[in-house]
Amino acid sequence: MNLRRDVFQAIADPTRRSILMLVAAQSMTAGAIASNFDTARPTVSKHLQILTECELLRSEQNGREVIYHLNPNKMKEIADFIEPFRKMWDDRFNTLESVMKSYQDKISNEGSE
Amino acid sequence: MPFTLSYSNTIKTKNMELKTKIHAEDGKQEILITREFDLPVELLFKAYTESQFVEQWMGTKVLKLENKQHGGYLFETLNANGEIVFRANGCIHEFVPNQKIVRTFQMENTPFPVQIEYLEFERLTESSSKITIHTVYKSVDFRNQMLKLPFAQGLNMAHNRLQEIFTSKD
Repeated sequence: MNLRRDVFQAIADPTRRSILMLVAAQSMTAGAIASNFDTARPTVSKHLQILTECELLRSEQNGREVIYHLNPNKMKEIADFIEPFRKMWDDRFNTLESVMKSYQDKISNEGSE
Repeated sequence: MPFTLSYSNTIKTKNMELKTKIHAEDGKQEILITREFDLPVELLFKAYTESQFVEQWMGTKVLKLENKQHGGYLFETLNANGEIVFRANGCIHEFVPNQKIVRTFQMENTPFPVQIEYLEFERLTESSSKITIHTVYKSVDFRNQMLKLPFAQGLNMAHNRLQEIFTSKD
């Protein structure tokens, strides 16, 4: 694995995210994946190579075709890494929203009295 | 397009949009937090500038909060025994009401160096708004450690809870 190709870099690209969505639904050959995009075939191949290098996809030779499978463990790893941090902020912001909403209700009630 | 860390969740529940998004590119010493609120921008801004509100949503005591250029702030949280469990301070570099706060943030008594935060407040409609927090850390490593902190704390809490269960059985 090329260490410079990190998972975060891999999923920063919208086309690569779309590829992951496709393969998540069903394992596919390189040709079938490429047929979903207007991009040139070599470009799609390059994306597949990057996704494979960082282990988000696993490739399997099947005769003349290469089939791509999703590596769910790697996907989980990325999501879990920052998810608690995101959740912490989401909880805080939810509290902020409800605190300020009750303040808003309070001042609008006072204004109408 | 920002990568949101809910990626594997969105595969399972495609239609569920997560409100708070974290954009953290690999190899960079910065992150972007975005969130939209069902609040007018004035109220969102007030949540950051009035001590009583900051205390409620941040869950900490506000000892100082000077909302002006060259101002500063100091937050402190005590546990039930009166010991300090969290203390953070910073300087305010820019302050534009309902638009922008640029400030530093540092947690005291931790190995984490000071970080700089660019907070932008945006009016979306009469009753909705958005905050964008761009945080820059001293290094990529410190950024990653900071991002992992709640994950590590979660593990510790689970571990402590297990210990409590086992010790209470004795």
